[in-house]
This record gives sequence, C-alpha cells and structure tokens, in this order.
Amino acid sequence: MASVQWRSRGRNYEAELQRCHPEGLPVEFGDYHPLKPIMVTDTKTRRGARKGSTSSSSSSSSSAPVDPLSSMLDGTDPLSMFAATETSAAASHSSSVGDLGRKRRVKEEEALGADFEPWSTKRGEILARFTTTEKLSINLCMGSDRGKAPNPGSSAVSEKVRTRLEELDDLEEGSHRELLNLSQQDYANRIEELNQSLKEAWSSDQKVKALKIVIQCSKLLSDTSVIQFYPSKFVLITDILDTFVGRLVYDRIWTMCSDPRPLPDSFTVEDVNDTAKETCLNWFFKIASIRELLPRLYVEAAILKCNRFLSKSGIQETLPRLTAMIRGMGDPLVAAYARAYLCRVGMEVAPHLKESLNANIFDLLTTFRQISGDSVQKQLHLQKVEVPAYLMLYSPAINWILQCVAYRAPEPLLTEMMERCKMMANNALLLNSIMRAFRPEFVATRATDFIGMIKDCDESGFPKHLLYGSLGRSLACADPPESERLTILNEAWKVITKVRNPQDYMNCAEIWVEFTCRHFAKREVNTVLADIIKHMTPDRAFEEAYPQLQSVITKILMYFHDFSVLFSMERFLPFLDMFQKDSVRVEVCKSIMEVFIKHQLELTRDPVILNAMLHICKTMHDSVNALTLEDEKRSLALLIIGFIRMVSFGRDFEQQLSFCVEARSTFCNLEPVLVQLIHTVNQLAMETRMVMKGNHSRKTAAFVRACAAYCFITIPSLSSIFSRLHLYLLSGQVALANQCLSQADAFLKAAVSVLPEVPRSISVEGKLRSSESFLLDFINNFLATLLVVPDHPEHGVLYLVRGLLNMVQDYTWEDNSDAKVRIYISALPLLAAMSQETYLYSIHKVDSNETLYGGDPKFLSEINKLCETLIGQILDHLKTLTRDEQSMRRQSALAFSLFGVLLAHGDLKNNKLSQLSINLWNLSHKHGHSETRVSIRTLESIRHQAQRPDMAHLSDTIQRLALQSRT
Amino acid sequence: PFGGPLSSEMSVTLDIKLKRANKVYHEGETVAGVVTLCCKEPLQHNGIALSMDGIVNLQLSSKSVGVFEAFYNSVKPIPLISSSIEVAKAGKIPGGKTEIPFEFPLISKGNKVLYETYHGVFVNIQYTLRCDLKRPLLAKDLSRSCEFIVHSQPQKSKIVPTPVKFSITPETLQNVRERSQLPRFLIRGHLDATSCVISQPLTGEVQVDKSDVPIKSIELQLVRVETCGCAEGYARDATEIQNIQIAEGDVGHGMPIPVHMVFPRLFTCPTLETTNFKVEFEINVVVILQDDHLITENFPLKLCRV
Repeated sequence: MASVQWRSRGRNYEAELQRCHPEGLPVEFGDYHPLKPIMVTDTKTRRGARKGSTSSSSSSSSSAPVDPLSSMLDGTDPLSMFAATETSAAASHSSSVGDLGRKRRVKEEEALGADFEPWSTKRGEILARFTTTEKLSINLCMGSDRGKAPNPGSSAVSEKVRTRLEELDDLEEGSHRELLNLSQQDYANRIEELNQSLKEAWSSDQKVKALKIVIQCSKLLSDTSVIQFYPSKFVLITDILDTFVGRLVYDRIWTMCSDPRPLPDSFTVEDVNDTAKETCLNWFFKIASIRELLPRLYVEAAILKCNRFLSKSGIQETLPRLTAMIRGMGDPLVAAYARAYLCRVGMEVAPHLKESLNANIFDLLTTFRQISGDSVQKQLHLQKVEVPAYLMLYSPAINWILQCVAYRAPEPLLTEMMERCKMMANNALLLNSIMRAFRPEFVATRATDFIGMIKDCDESGFPKHLLYGSLGRSLACADPPESERLTILNEAWKVITKVRNPQDYMNCAEIWVEFTCRHFAKREVNTVLADIIKHMTPDRAFEEAYPQLQSVITKILMYFHDFSVLFSMERFLPFLDMFQKDSVRVEVCKSIMEVFIKHQLELTRDPVILNAMLHICKTMHDSVNALTLEDEKRSLALLIIGFIRMVSFGRDFEQQLSFCVEARSTFCNLEPVLVQLIHTVNQLAMETRMVMKGNHSRKTAAFVRACAAYCFITIPSLSSIFSRLHLYLLSGQVALANQCLSQADAFLKAAVSVLPEVPRSISVEGKLRSSESFLLDFINNFLATLLVVPDHPEHGVLYLVRGLLNMVQDYTWEDNSDAKVRIYISALPLLAAMSQETYLYSIHKVDSNETLYGGDPKFLSEINKLCETLIGQILDHLKTLTRDEQSMRRQSALAFSLFGVLLAHGDLKNNKLSQLSINLWNLSHKHGHSETRVSIRTLESIRHQAQRPDMAHLSDTIQRLALQSRT
Repeated sequence: PFGGPLSSEMSVTLDIKLKRANKVYHEGETVAGVVTLCCKEPLQHNGIALSMDGIVNLQLSSKSVGVFEAFYNSVKPIPLISSSIEVAKAGKIPGGKTEIPFEFPLISKGNKVLYETYHGVFVNIQYTLRCDLKRPLLAKDLSRSCEFIVHSQPQKSKIVPTPVKFSITPETLQNVRERSQLPRFLIRGHLDATSCVISQPLTGEVQVDKSDVPIKSIELQLVRVETCGCAEGYARDATEIQNIQIAEGDVGHGMPIPVHMVFPRLFTCPTLETTNFKVEFEINVVVILQDDHLITENFPLKLCRV
C-alpha cells in the first residue's frame, strides 16, 4: 500500500457550474415553506383576554414581510398584557390571594379605574421613609392593661362572671406577651409572625382566636411611642387587616353561598343563603362588642365589605357611622391614620360614596388645632421630636385621603378645598397634601395661584422647600400655561436656591430639573446645573447626594437626545465631575452611553461629541480592574463598542485610522473593544479598496499597508487564542484583497505559528469544552484561503501548506482522536484544486500559483507527492483502528470519507487509484458500520456521473462496489 | 355478626339540625328540623325520642345567700314548656347517614308565657331540644341536645322615641366627697331614646365642651339588673354585660362623638317583670379623666321587641 499514486482529476469548473445551475423552482402560493413570512393577525386583543392566533399569510408576495417578533412586541403582546393584569391584580392586595379572590379583585380595581394610584404603590414608599433606630415594643395583652389601671367600669359593679364576649379581649386565657427592645426589623418580623398565626388559626378553624389576633394587632395602633415609626406600623398592621377581611372572612362567607353555583360578582342580598347571613351577622355582633374603640373601628372597617351579604344599604349606612366614630380618638395622628384606612376600605368597596370621604377630610381639618394642643406638645417634648418632623408623619395619611377625595372629583370641590386651605391661614401641611393628591393638571393650571399660597404660608413647622417639591412633582407631569412657565421657574428657583441644607436643596432641585428640561432649552438647564454645582461642591456635599444627582442626569437624558447640544452645555461635564465615587461615576457613564447608543442614529465626527464620549468611555474603561466581574466587563465593552461604531470620519480614512490608534491605547484593557477596532480597521481597508475600485494608488497602497500593520501589532495583545487565529486569517484575507502580499504572508504565517499554542480545551460560556471542533473548523477555513495565496519567492513550493501540515502533525491531539487524519483528508481537495489549470477562485490583481507556475509538471508532481504522503499517513492510521468495536466504527467512517474524496477529486481512470477506492469502499463496509442509506445514495450518484462521457470509466468501478447485504 | 358493643358505639353520631339557620322561633310556630344519624354499620335501637324543654333558672348571689334563707326555697327552676314525641319506634337503622325529620309545635301549656331566651348571671331562660336514642343491652344510650332561641311576641303598642338630654358638670354630680377639688368640666349630650328596640342599636351623642383635665376615656357600660324573690324579700344584683369605649384620649372639644351600642344577643332580652323575678337593663355613660376621676351618668333602659 505504500506506493500509492495520486492523480488529480481534471476539472472544468465553468462547465460544472453550468451543469449544476439549479433551475429556479417557483414556490406555489399556499405551499408550505419554512422561510415564508409568518404574520400575526389579531394583535388587538383586549386587556385580560389572552387569545392570539398565528397563521401564515397566504399571499407572501403582495404583503411586505412582517417580522413576527417585532409585530408581537408592539405593546399588545400577550406576555406584557398578562403582566399588566398581574400587576393591577397585585396592586389592590399585596398579600397573595386565592384565585377566586383575585378575579373578583381585578373587577373591583376596574371599577375604580386604572388612573387611581392604588395603596400598594404607597406602602413600600412609606415603609422606606418612616424608619427608626429606636427600640420598639409590642404589648399583646389587654389583661395587663387592666391590671395596671383597674377598669373603673368593672369596679363600679361587682363583676364575677366574665362573659364569653369579654374574653375576646384576651389572646389566650390569661396570656400576656410583652416584647420589648425590638429593632424595626424585629418588629416587622413579629408582625409577620402574627399574620402567619392568624392564617394558621383560621385554617385550623379557630375563628375566634383569629379574631383575637386581629384585635390585638389593631390595638397596637393606639400606641404612639416611637412616633416616627407610626406610619410604617400602620402599613404593617393594616396588611394584616386586609388579609383578615379580604382573604379570610369575606371569601369564607362567599364560598358558603357558592353552593350549588358560585355567587355572581354582582350578587344581591337575596342570593345569600340563611347560613351565610347568620355567620356574617355573628361576625358583626362579635365585632360590635369589642371593648376598645380603636380595634373595634379598624376591624369593623376591615370587614365593611361583608355588609353586602346582609343588606343593600349596609355599607352606605356604616361608612358615615365609622367616620363619626373616629371623632372619639383623642390623638390626632392616630385619628388621621384611622381615617386613611377607612377611606382606603371605602374606596375599595364603594368608591361612589363620596360623602364619607369628604366628611373625613373636613373632620380632619377641624382636628388640626389639636396638634398645637398641650397633649400633643407634651408627647413631642417627651419623645424629643421636632414639630416639622412630626407634621411629616401626617403626610401619607392626608395625601391618601386627599387622593381619594380628589379622585374624579368635580372641579368645584377641589376649588373649595383650596379655599379652605386659604381660610386655615394656608396651612402648609394641608397645602402640601393638596398638591400631592390632586390631579397634576389641576395643580398645573393653577400653578401661579399655588406659588402665591406657598408664599403666604406660615413658615413655622413646615419647610417651604417641601412645598415647592410637591409643586414641582405635579409640574413634572402636567404643563402649566405656556406664558407662566418662566415666571414659575424663576419663582421656584428663587426659593430653592436659598435652601441651606444641601440634602434638602438637592431633593427639591432634583424635582425641578424635570420641569426645566421639559419646557426650556440648553441655556436654562445649564443655569440649573451651574446652581446645583455651586450648592453641592462646598464640603463635598455631593457625596451624600449621589442618588439625586444621578436622577438629575437621568432626567436630562430623558429630554435631551441631541448629544451635540448636550455636550455643548458648559456645565454638563463639570456636573459629571461631581460623581467622584468610582462605582457611581461608572453607573452614570453607563446610563449616558445607553442613551447615546439608543438615540444617536447617525454616524458622527463632531469633535465635541467625540471628546466628551471618549472621556466618558475612558472613565468606564479605567474602572476595570482585576476584581471586575466578567459580566460587568462585557457590558462595558459593549457600550464602548457601540460608541466606536457610531464614529465615522467619512472619506477621511486617515483620521479614522488615527482615531482607532487613539482608541486602542485608551481601551487596551477591554479585549472585545480591541477586536472591534481590528474589525473597524479591516473594514477601513476594504472601504479604501472599494473607493479605489481595486486599483490602489501609491498613497492608498501605503494606507492599506498601515491598516495591515495596525492589525498585525494589535492581534498579539489578545488573550483569546481563537480570536487571534480568526483575526489573523481575516486580516490576511483583507491584506490579500488589497494586494499586500508580504503582509498577507506574514498574517498567515503568524496564524500557523500560533496553532501549537491552542490548548486542548477552552472555556466556552463558563464551561470547559474540547477545542478540537473549533480548531478543525478554523483549519478547514484556512485551507480554503490557501488556494489563492501565492508561494513566497524565497521559500519552497507550497511553503504554507507544508508548514500547516507540519504543525498539524506535531500538534498534541487528544488521545483516540481522528482530528489529524480528518485534516489530512480535507487537505486533499485543496491540493487537487491547486493542480487545476484554472483555479476555482482568485483575487483581483493577485497572481495565484496557477499563474506563477503555469501548470509546471514539477509543481504538479510536488503536489502529487504531497498527496501520496498524506494518503500514506491516512492509510497507516486506518490500519491501527482495529482494536475494538469503537475504533472499527471510526475506521469505517474515515475510510468512507477518504473514498468520497477520491471519488470527487481523484482521477479514477488511474487503475491504482481506482483499486484503492474499491478497497476503501470495502473496508468501510467490512464490519457493518456503514450507513446503508448513504451507501445507496453514493452508488446512485456514481451511476449518475458515469453517464457522462468523460466519466464513463466509473461504470467499471461501480461494478465492483458491492453493497453489504443484510442477513 | 356478634360485633362488640364498643365497636358499634364508636361509629355512631347523633345530631339535631334545625331548619332555621339562626335557630330563632316564636310562640305558636313550629320548630322543625332533622335528627341525623351517622353510622358505618346498621344500628339496632330501642326507640328514638325527642323532647322540648323550656326553663327559667334562678340563682342567688353569694352575698344574698343566708340573708334570705327564708325564701331560699322559692328560688327553684320554673318550667315553661315540656313535651316529648317519639321520632322512631324500636328497630334497625341502616348504615350510612339517616335523616329523620321532625316538627314540634312551640305552644305553652295553660296560661304560661314563653319568655324570651336570656343568658344572665342570676337568671337564665333557656330552651332546648333533646334527642335520646335507646339501645339494647350492653350499649350506652346516646343523647344529644341543642339549644334553640325563643323571641317573645312583638309588642303591640308603638314606641315613640323620646330623646333624653343630659349635661354633666361638677355641680350635677352626686356622691362627691369634696366638690371643691373637682376639675372644671362641661360634658353635654343626649341619648336618642331610653326605650329601645332590642334589635336596634342605642344611639346618641356626647360632646366635651370644656375640661380642665384632659379626658382619658369615655365608655358606655351596659348593665343588667336581675331581681329574684317574692313579696317576703328579694335579691337585686347589678352586673356588667359589656363595656364599649367610644372615646380614647384627649378628644377635641366641641365635637359631637357618636354614642352607639349594639345590644348583644342572648345576653339581653326585652325588659321582663314577673312575680318571681325581674330582668332590667341600665346604661352608664362613664367619663374617665386623665387624673383618674371617674364620672358616671346612669340611665335606666326599657328594652322591647317590635
């Protein structure tokens, strides 16, 4: 076998192409075809309904192809719709609720309308805002209360027998739990525990115990020690009340009536059966006998909805009564929150009953004078709480009540509220809440009025910058009359700029930046920025205000998408300089870059933009250090790449190249950016070639060589071996295309010399994988390029091919791997192609070996010798593959692919080659590992070829190719 | 076939279910319902009987015992109604759930009045249905009772609510030791009526007009006054039924605070006066000041059913 001869088959590529030219087969309309555009019809689905049918359109030619992905995404896709319903369902009740309950709740929300901001959006804010570091306590027993101050009522009359009703007040018989020294988090945890035990008690049918827990919880709301935590406490405890009524009591009674079929949502009293009514009535009697005012009020408010089971007018009668009942609460803060809760329940259950809402706010206004009363002042003194801080505690409650009152309220009511506020000497607290709660449009149209009222406000107690903050928040979403805008801004800023405390200043300024950006141009925004810088620089005040400063940037980016305008704002970059904490600065740079990539649609060479962007990108790049996470690096690199891709100097290629040079030195730590730069430079070279239509002048030739040089010195700095290999190959191809032969040679040589460094396994997306398949892919690609690379005059024939094959031979392949032999097999077609008179492809203005050697027999015999060596190597390898089943399978496969190569590229008129091919066929079929279907197809194909006159010799061969019979 | 007495006994449950969910009946009506029997295996029995009892239990408070030894005997239970019917004759009940419907007319014997159900401390008026299942030798008889509630016939005459105004100042108080040491205050208010319909809440308003010492709490105390005895002597005891707080803390002055109290079921009944006992009710408006001064205003109530 050692004396194999190789003769390449002569090919006429032209004729073959002609023969193979596929006749265009038109696709019939209505035929199935996988690439036909798919169109989504029925995209207008209503909220909640999740239908949506996909059907392929029947007229593919007439309608413009619609991208199925984008058409899904125009706002009505089922996923986001689903999410939308989910959030609104979750909105009304933060606690998870049963399926039945949820459906019903969604309905109710709709009755309220989506424009009503639900309580759930407020609760998180309140929890985050009203915190304390002081120690809290939970006192869960009324018995002890009795012990301390003997109940005068019971002492007046001998009380020996306690009735069952009175026992309601004790959680457990005689139990007394007082938890002291709780941190805020502990407190929240305890409340959650109570919530859990409430649910447990309920599910284990201990209804009375559940009610006791609820009573105990609501009682905690009468405790105003650690007063600054009170709003948060209110949130935590009313969550439990919501669970109690929303989920437990109401649903339970509701299911009692759902036999035989569920109650309709719009049920009436007549639909409710007697047992359910009796159960409901029982609850009301129990609650009516709760001794203390506060828990009785809260629990009855919580259970308000259950009135629907008993009478039509129940809710309507109860709401005013509960509203009046709150007058009995002496502490104005406790009363205000009780009103807030009542309004919350009222809005949920009967949003149409406006009178009680109004009664609540008017009652609240009359209690305002209690705030300055002795009791409150004494308490504040005792707890060392300042009046402004104390007043702030009211704002969530008042805001909420006003929001309920203002919801779809007629204009006159709102005006009346404003008048009342004026009457109460412009009570700042109330004014603040009005601006927060009323529709922004309402506030915006009267902005000048409000400014006047703010001016007249009593300064003591409630700082004015907060009032301006609230006004600014409304103006950020609704527009005041155009003629007043500048006056408003001036008036507001006059006050804001006088705020001494940097934190207060910043909170307010941040809000007004949006108004400024919305209605004014560069100049005004620049002034505002300058003012902020002036306030925040002394004593490095900015260090405490990063979130607000960041939000300023975000707001500016929201309104300014023209980066040439943005960067021409004098104070913008100095403003950025205030972000001196690394992590924040990078964060800000990233947000700017994201907006840039999204909104900068045209390529740019504007020096202002380039300088600023380079500065920003450099900041991001310089933040990378050894500790930076891979993900972070990737996202930074992507942003910088996004910038580089937007830079274009048009025909000024040299400028572009020098930009790349600068960028390389600036971004040297981010490999993906370097890769992008190499691609950019290669593209530059190709664009140059295009402009010169393939004929380089002396100057352009020098330029493309400079490009090649750029790539050549940049590639080695990459750490990823495959990036290097691919870029060498690509740059080599680009150099060839630009007739830079020695550069191309250098690239390809470099690639070959790097090959031995390829590790046997590489990490792909964090997983270690064998590099073999990647290497095979690369080498095949490389071989294809080698066809057109002319031999170097100073080196021998087929210098690069030999070099590559030597590297392949010396490479330490995996054990039991056929990779090397596979490469040998795929090198054969290359060599066969090289021995043709005319090559399959060539490069414009580059002479390949076909021209260099002109079919010189010496060259051909070199090729044949090389082929013979390769075949010898392959056959030697085949011989070793006999050890076991596994290796015989491999032997069969390899033999068959070599057979395929011989058939396609070898000249089978040669007897020896023909014999070899027959032997290989037999070898591959010897142990039954061949695929019969492939074999049959192959035979068919050979038979087909043999019909051609120049291939007639194949019919002899085919006679001798036996198909293995299956027995 | 010879299932031990224990094994069968374990698996039988006896229950009485009334047709009306609220279990409320009036004289002359029919108490209807079912006796349900649940057993896994067929059950042999010697008859199932149902009896209806209504009884007034009187009790003397400990302080009265001894003092009124003389009429101690007069304080024995007073039967109001007592009758029984046979629901099923001796026989066998098949395994599974068996429901036997029954109807019992609620009619008193002679000229006895069926007083309204009332659960008090010294007076208790209670009506029960009791079902007895007699079983053969070696097996325990089963029994189950169930309370039902009797409401007395609505009163015929109409009640015209007459509001009762009150005004409390240090001068109006009785039982004061040193009037001069009292802080100044003026508390005004009214009850919408003292003749109340038992099914409707007691309502009214209280308003603190002035108080030198801040208010700590305002409460409504519902009191039962029970009298047992006869002409020779009687025991009269007042005890608290419930206490409802209507104001807490230093309430704002000049704002009317609602008075609202629901009369608890079972623990109240229309005011009752018989030869042997009396059940009456009173309300106390209790104002407690922060220096623990206690101010009480008492109002006798007349409860009725319409």
